[in-house]
Parts: sequence; C-alpha cells; structure tokens
Amino acid sequence: MSWITNFLTSSIGRKLLMSLTGLFLILFLIVHLAGNFQLLKNDGGQAFNEYTVFMTTSPLIKVISYGNYLFILLHAVLGITIWLKNRKTKGKTSAVASKNEDVTWASKNMALLGILIFAFLMLHMGDFWLKMKLNQTNMIDYGTGPIKDLYENVYNSYSQWWIVIAYLVGLTALSYHLWHGFASAFQTLGLNHRKYTPIIQFVGKAFAILVPLGFAIIPLYFKLFIVD
Amino acid sequence: MKLTLKVWRQKNNKAAGQFETYNVEANEHMSFLEMMDVLNEQLIEEKKEPVSFEHDCREGICGTCNMVINGQAHGPQKGTTTCQLHMRHFKEGDTITVEPWRATAFPVIKDLVVDRSSFDRIIQAGGFISVNTGQAVDGNAIPIEKDIALKAFDAATCIGCGACVSACPNGSAMLFTSAKVSHLGLLPQGEVEHSRRVLNMVAQMDKEGFGMCSNVGACSAECPKEISLENIARMNREYFKAVLTSDLK
Amino acid sequence: MKLESKIPKGALDTKWNDYKSNVALVAPNNKRKIDVIIVGTGLAGAAAAATLGELGYNVKAFTFHDSPRRAHSIAAQGGINAAKNYQNDGDSIHRLFYDTIKGGDYRSREANVHRLAEVSTQIIDQCVAQGVPFAREYGGLLENRSFGGVQVSRTFYARGQTGQQLLIGAYQALSRQISLGTVTMYNRHEMVDLVVVDGKARGIIARNLLTGKLERFSAHCVVLGTGGYGNVFYLSTNAMSCNVSAAWRSVKKGALMANPCFTQIHPTCIPQSGEYQSKLTLMSESLRNDGRVWVPKSQEDAQAIQKGKKTALDIPDSERDYFLERRYPAFGNLVPRDVASRAAKVECDKGLGVSPTGLAVFLDFSSAIERYGKSEAHSKGMNATKEQIIAMGTKIVEAKYGNLFEMYEKISGENPYVYPMKIYPAVHYTMGGLWVDYNLETNISGLFAMGEANFSDHGANRLGASALMQGLADGYFVLPYTIGSFLSKEISTPTISTNLPEFEQAEKACQERIECLINVKGNQSVESFHRRLGKIMWDYCGMSRTAEGLKKGRQMIRELRAEFYKDVYVPGQSNDYNPELEKAYRVADFLEMGELMMLDALERNESCGGHFREEYQTPEGEAMRDDENYCFVSAWEWDDQNPILHKEDLIFENVELKTRSYK
Repeated sequence: MSWITNFLTSSIGRKLLMSLTGLFLILFLIVHLAGNFQLLKNDGGQAFNEYTVFMTTSPLIKVISYGNYLFILLHAVLGITIWLKNRKTKGKTSAVASKNEDVTWASKNMALLGILIFAFLMLHMGDFWLKMKLNQTNMIDYGTGPIKDLYENVYNSYSQWWIVIAYLVGLTALSYHLWHGFASAFQTLGLNHRKYTPIIQFVGKAFAILVPLGFAIIPLYFKLFIVD
Repeated sequence: MKLTLKVWRQKNNKAAGQFETYNVEANEHMSFLEMMDVLNEQLIEEKKEPVSFEHDCREGICGTCNMVINGQAHGPQKGTTTCQLHMRHFKEGDTITVEPWRATAFPVIKDLVVDRSSFDRIIQAGGFISVNTGQAVDGNAIPIEKDIALKAFDAATCIGCGACVSACPNGSAMLFTSAKVSHLGLLPQGEVEHSRRVLNMVAQMDKEGFGMCSNVGACSAECPKEISLENIARMNREYFKAVLTSDLK
Repeated sequence: MKLESKIPKGALDTKWNDYKSNVALVAPNNKRKIDVIIVGTGLAGAAAAATLGELGYNVKAFTFHDSPRRAHSIAAQGGINAAKNYQNDGDSIHRLFYDTIKGGDYRSREANVHRLAEVSTQIIDQCVAQGVPFAREYGGLLENRSFGGVQVSRTFYARGQTGQQLLIGAYQALSRQISLGTVTMYNRHEMVDLVVVDGKARGIIARNLLTGKLERFSAHCVVLGTGGYGNVFYLSTNAMSCNVSAAWRSVKKGALMANPCFTQIHPTCIPQSGEYQSKLTLMSESLRNDGRVWVPKSQEDAQAIQKGKKTALDIPDSERDYFLERRYPAFGNLVPRDVASRAAKVECDKGLGVSPTGLAVFLDFSSAIERYGKSEAHSKGMNATKEQIIAMGTKIVEAKYGNLFEMYEKISGENPYVYPMKIYPAVHYTMGGLWVDYNLETNISGLFAMGEANFSDHGANRLGASALMQGLADGYFVLPYTIGSFLSKEISTPTISTNLPEFEQAEKACQERIECLINVKGNQSVESFHRRLGKIMWDYCGMSRTAEGLKKGRQMIRELRAEFYKDVYVPGQSNDYNPELEKAYRVADFLEMGELMMLDALERNESCGGHFREEYQTPEGEAMRDDENYCFVSAWEWDDQNPILHKEDLIFENVELKTRSYK
C-alpha cells in the first residue's frame, strides 16, 4: 500500500486532494444555492421548510452531507498544512511586493480567504445547523404533520444587520476564493489546453461572481424587503 | 541618471543579511549588470568589499544571473533576464531594491549568490533519456510531428535560472521540473522511461524542500523564457498516470 | 622538440576506421580501476565525461560554474553542421571536409578535419536520441538551413538556440552518469594547476570557489575541455568568466600553445555603446542572408548620423555604399566572417562609421522586407499599398529572425524593423589552442585537450556552425576512442596518490601565487587591467596587424603585466568565496597569453584567415597567404623572456592549396 501513501503525501498528490475536494464543494455550492432559492418564494416559507425536511431525512443526502463535512474539513486542514509548509519552504520573502499584473491577488491569498470562509461557515452552522440540532426551532404544520420552521430561523437571523454583513463578507471571501480556485482545480487535474482553458477560466470567473451573488441576494432581500 | 540602490548584503549562509544603500551614477544604455559593475568598481575604489552576484553569458541564455529587482525575479521587463534588462527601463532618481532569489531550497551563499544545486539533483533523478553514446538510430528514423517538436522545444528553452522558484509565493519548483518532464515526455525518444522519470523527478523535487504549487502562476509570469503553465498541468496528469498505471512504486 | 602528429597511415577516408579497429582497448574490469579527470563541462567536456562514464571509467568532472548547464557552449545560436545529405543537395563527408579545410584557409590538419566530417553524422543521431528538439519539417523529418561559406544546406538547428539545446543534451547525459555514480561532479571547482608526475599528467589542483580551499585531485590522465581564450580582448562575445587559465597552467607545465594568433572576429555583433561595456553580443550570421550591409558614401552624412542629426532613413539609396556587394559581387553580403569583418573596419577607418563612436555599419533589412512583402502580396493576388507590403514583409522577417530582432531591441533600444541594425565586428572564437596530436593528446603525456581548447580542426578561420560540431565530435566520438591509446598502457598503474611531492609542490605554488595577488594591495581594480589589456590586444592584435604594432603591443603588455603585479587591488581573502580573486588570477594568465599572441602574429609573416597582416595583402586589400614558408602549425613553448617556436608542417595530400576568392 506504500504507493498510496507515497502518492497522497507527495506534493502533487496533496494538490490532487485539494482539487477534488474543492470541485466537490463547488458542486455542493450549486445544490445549496438551488435549495436556498426556495426562500425567495413568496409562500411564507412553506417550500423551504418542506425542502429542509427532505434534506434532513433522505438517507442518501445524509451520506452526502457527512461526506461534505469531511471534505470541508479535509480541504481546510490540508490547505492549512500546505500553507504552513509553503511558508517554511519560501523562507524569507522579498522586501518589495511584486507588481506583476499577471498574478491575481486571490491566488496568493487562498489560505487567508479559506480561513475567512471557514470562520463564516462556523457562524453559519451555529446559526442554523446547530440551532436545528439542538431543537431550538419552532414547529409548524402545513397539514402533513409538524415540521421544523427553519424559515423562521432564517427570518430572525437576516433581520439583524450584523449577520447580513457577516454573510456578505464571507461571500466576498468565497468569491475571491473561487476566482482562483475554480480554474486552479482543473489545472491541478492536468486539464490545461490552449483550446479549452480560456473557457474554463471564463466559466470559473462567472461562477465566482454569480454563485456568491446568488447567495448574497437572500439575506439582502430579507433584510430590505421582507423584514422591514 | 542618479539611482539609489538598496542591495541585500549577507556575509554567508549563517549570517543574517541586511540591506545596504548605495548611490550610483548610471546611464540608460547600460545593462542592469553593467550598472552593478559600476557600483562594484566604486566599492573597490573605496576599498570596500564589492557586492557578490552571479552572471556569465550576459546574453540571457546561461541562466546564471539571478536578482530580484523591486520584488520581481529578473526585474520589471517581461521575458527578460537580469543581464538583458537595460537601465532605460528606470528613471532618474529611482530607488531600486536588489535581492537574491528567495526560497529555502536556494540558500544564500553570499550577498546575491544562491546555491541552486537542487536543480541539478532534480535533473539527475531522471531528467534525461537513457541512451549511451553510439547507440542511437538514424536521426530521421523516427519522424516527430512538427507541432510536438515545437512544444518540446518551448519547454526545453528553460535556462534553469530558478526565477520560477523565487517568484512563487510558495517556493515551488513545479515549473522547472515540469518543463523537463514535458520536454522529454513529449518526444517519442523520451516516452519509454516517462513514468519512471516523472515519479523520480517529483520525488526528488519534494525531497529538496521546494514548496507545493497552488497554481498562482507567478512562476510563468516572471519566467524569462515564458515557460507555460501547460507544462505543470502536463506533469500533473503524467504523474497521476504513472502512479495509477505503471508498476513502479 | 619533434612534434609527432601521430596521423595514422592509409588513405584519408579510411584512416579513422582503421584507427578505431586497431587502437588498444581497456577491458571493462580495468576501466573501473582507471580514474579520468575532465576539466570543463561544456559541450566537449560534458559529452566526454558522460561517454567515459558509460564506458565504465571513474570520471571526476570539474566546472567553475554552479552547474554544468551554464557553460558558454550554451550561447551558440546558429546551428551544427553534419554531412547527412538529408536535403539531397550533393553533400557528402568529403564536401564537408573540403569546405572546412578551405574555410580554415589551409592551416588545419587534413586527417583531423576528415575525421570530424565523418563523425558529424553520428552526432546528429546521438543528439536526436537524447531528445534534442531540432527544427523539423511538417513531415516530421529534420530540417536544415544554409550557412556562410558553403553551397549546401547541412546545418541542423533549434531556432536561435542550438547551442543551448545541444549543451542541455550533453548535460542530461552527464547527469545520468552522475546519478549512476560513474561520474563524480565537482561544481564550483576551478583548476588552478596541472600536476605532472614523471612526465605524465596525473592530476590537478582545484580551488573550491565557495571555500577558497585548494584541493588535490589525482587521476591516470587529465582531459581539458576548457574553451577558448577570446576574453583576452576583454570585450568579446564570450561569457564573462571564460578564461585561458586551465590551458595556460598546462602551458606553464610544458604543454605547447598552437596558433595563438588565429582568432575569429565575427562581423555581426552589436557595437559597443560606452566605456562601461562588459561584453558584446553576437547577432547570428544567418542575418546576412537577408540583411544588406552599408555605410553612407559621404563623410558628411556619416558625421551627421554619428551626431544624431540624421538617421539611416534620411540617406537616399544613391548615397549609400553597399560595400560588400560592391567589393565582392559574387558572394555579396555572404562572404566569410574574416572578409566581412575586415571590410567593415576599412569603411569605419575612413570615417564612415554610423554610431556615436564611429565604429558601426548598418545591417539593413528594408530590401528584404519589401521583397518578402511583394511576394506575399503576389501570392495572395493583392494590389497592395506600400504600407501593406511593408507590414506583410515585416511579418515574414519576424517569423525568420524574431528572437534576434527582439534581443537587438532589448540591448540597443532601437526597433530594427524600422531603423537598420548597427553592427560591428567583435572577437568571437579562437581557432588556436593547446597543440594536440591525432589522439587529442598534448605533448605532455596523458594530458588531452578537446573542443575550442585545442587547435586542431579550424585552421586560421572557422566556418559557421562547426564549433558545436567539433565540441561534440571530440567529446562523444573521438576522445573516448583515442584516450585508449594512452590508458591501455596504464592498466597496471595503481591509483595515484595525492600525497606525492608533485602535488604538494603544485599546491604550494598555487597558494603562493594567490597570496601574492592578494598582497599587492595596490590601487587599481582587476577589471581596469583587463580592460586595458583588451584595448592593447584589439588595437595591435585585432582585425589587422602590422609588425610594428605587434612589437609595440608586446612591449605594452609586458609593461602592463609589471604594473599589474605592482598595483592591482584584490579585495577580500584567499580562503573565502571571492569572485574578484578569481578574476585576478585569470587576468594574470591573460597577461601572458596576450603576449604570446602578439609574438605568434609577429612571427607569421603572411595573411591567412583571421590573421591579417597589413604588409601581406594584394593591391585590392585581400589577404595574401604564403604557403611556401608558413604552411605549418606554430606551437609555442612558454618562456618568460623568449618563448620558443616549434613547427609542425602541414602536409596536404588530398586538397590543392588555392587562394580563397569571393569576388
């Protein structure tokens, strides 16, 4: 089995793990956003609450969500170890910052952005997931039996400016992270070709803007149009 | 033109280094290294120790010169080595910061001189085609598609200067290593031992203490030969292929 | 001293084959017990080290660079010749042999040159197998181009970076042997002396450039692949650290220096722009395929250009003197290097030069741009305007020479697509070198010399694209055979001890020499002495020479040398990393080598190849060779007062000696 450990601890092997977990998380973002859009339906939260029942009870989704937690942790822990190791291998840095315009700010600050995103995730999970798990949620009945009214939790959270702003900060970090991360994941997999790399880069940048924007619309919409 | 230079001075690998400030009178036709020559003549005249820096061909091909100029490997001009950078790209009164390559795998020997022998060891790990003198078949026995030969050539133009490592915020040697893997792997002559080559070279690269690539692209952006990131992608996939399909451990 | 060239008997085209079949071999079990020192790891050195390693010898290889990949072979641009006849244009081994002999103005050895032509084809095969990415046709086969002085296309190339690709091929082969343990590589080690034991070269003293420590290394024989001595001129196209020291130290131990006055001045280099200039940059000879060389007809125009009041574009065609086309209508701009260089000098001496220093001529691509543009317009069926024609023509010129134009623009700051290039001749290569016999062995038994470090193949002038050929021929295919002639007699010689008194004495002498330089503690930098030496060399032993000037030059060098040892300032310590000290001992050797070059040039009362004596020219200013009296190799034994000349007569059995004419 030594080849597996050799592989996964080699610099390219670790990159591969970063890339694959990153790509999985990108997929997750799409699913998550699609679900969140239920919040924008003007039905007092019924669609959203019913959707959360499905998401919390389907065994398949459960497996995937635990995988998702694992991948987030793996991506984060691996990212941090790589960052720490790279700081050591870089040693002293140049006294003047390079002004090279071909290098994006995001690409050089992935760890910082990652930490910001992780902090945001903690807030986010504490706000919803933890409250739900600790049964700090009211129940609501749409005629099919009582279910947790997570919509109310969302409503309560997004009525506070500081949470909305924290979300916006977190999502900005996510946007920058994706700005580099999306295309980078493909480069790591070895997918780089003058024909299709420009397409990947374009899609990556569009994704990095649109998806966090999609997420950001929801708290803003709540705060500006529903709560007030 | 009058310039202020902030030059990194470091007695040896163990000593701590610091910047020293000098004033130099240069003219716009000088190359950057000729301007450094003027500084050294000046220091020698004052019976001070000249700045040690490495240089040789001064034509941009030997890969010896290595200065981080204002934070950029080989300075501000794209696709240009330090020796081919000319002072007309600077202005009267400029302050220029000059440092050695910055990476743990390139320890400073003195002032601006660093030890790049790790690159040699990466090549020794597999950056060759195992053919003894006299064993070769006729040069035209194996046709090679023109575009493939050109791609191999583009990768082979690497001068082994180490700018990629210095430019990389992680101190990674992926561009250098992948350029060699690509050059040899693209050619039919090099394909035979390709799996062995890529596994061994990557292992050696890791062993030498280079950082891990995070696809920043600074390496390629500051490479004086503008070696493409495509090479890194190629090495990644060749590495996966070698791990998953060859019998080598 | 009788110089034995040891040329094998028999017909010219069978000599090398017969030799290979009969040369004594060393059995594999004995090879393991034999140590070989190789100094220099450029094309010749790296190739030889790799090959001898493959054969099973214990090789110790030395370079003063931080890596073998830095050697100056890397800077060769144009290409490498080989008599493959892939183009079916009538090339053959004999034709390559003949072109090289003629190009060298009949001052090289027939047998050596023929061997070079024979192995040239194997070099290409070997390099392709190593992964050298030569230029290819769409069909996937190797492409060739043409070079000066020949009528066939036999030059293999990799854009303008052929030397780089070939050196990297050799470096990789060497790296493979290093990883296999057959070659031990000593980077940043500079040979500072040769150790001779009982008349045989048995080792070297090397200075570890990082620590400054002198170290002893022994072997059964020593091979030098240490390049040429062009840097004696200070300004040359050589790399900054190219030097003569390894060869010169051997001369001091009794080796002979052959034909030192044969230096090649390359016509197309970027001219000097100021006193601070550290080196000159070559523009490939291939540019003369499309560039036209000219100066203004009138001195007024030339002066206006020198002062920056006019540019080349202000001079109408009728006021331009395309002097190469005028003087040599048959070959025009493609005359060989020595001829083109001298012609440019003649014009500049008349005050017609076109740079602020007055030392430059134009190399103009406007005709080529127009010609290519017109033909492109024609092939596209366009009725093009002048601007369109120029735009299309520029594109084509860019595709052919783009990287050279870019390099020119970087250095000069002028756009060569609009303003003609300014070029001037510069020292580029040295045909002379250590005297060697057919085995590449010097007169010191067990000391071999390869590549530019020896004198053997290029006579008085080297043709383009043949330096790479010779370096690799010697390293891959010649020396590994011929070294057997010596080593086969050494199989029972045990490992040489470095504790022998000869090693001790040599090390002590080196230490003293170095201390002596450090202790002068004078007031002038090493660089300033080197610059002055270069000026003397260029003025009196450069493109054209006179007996009077050479005598004066020799005297000036002797005076400069005395001043050097009185007033040089070498900062730092001897037991430390000290680049100034390295320069100092190299310049000290140049100060002696330069004198020998003056002497050799003075002694050779004829004009041939790169050696032009003003006294020996035709009324039209062409070189006049004297085959009656000077058809020999001059091989010099050094002596501080009066170096001694030994002669090896050149015998031509297969080619007829003719006057080179390019009219």
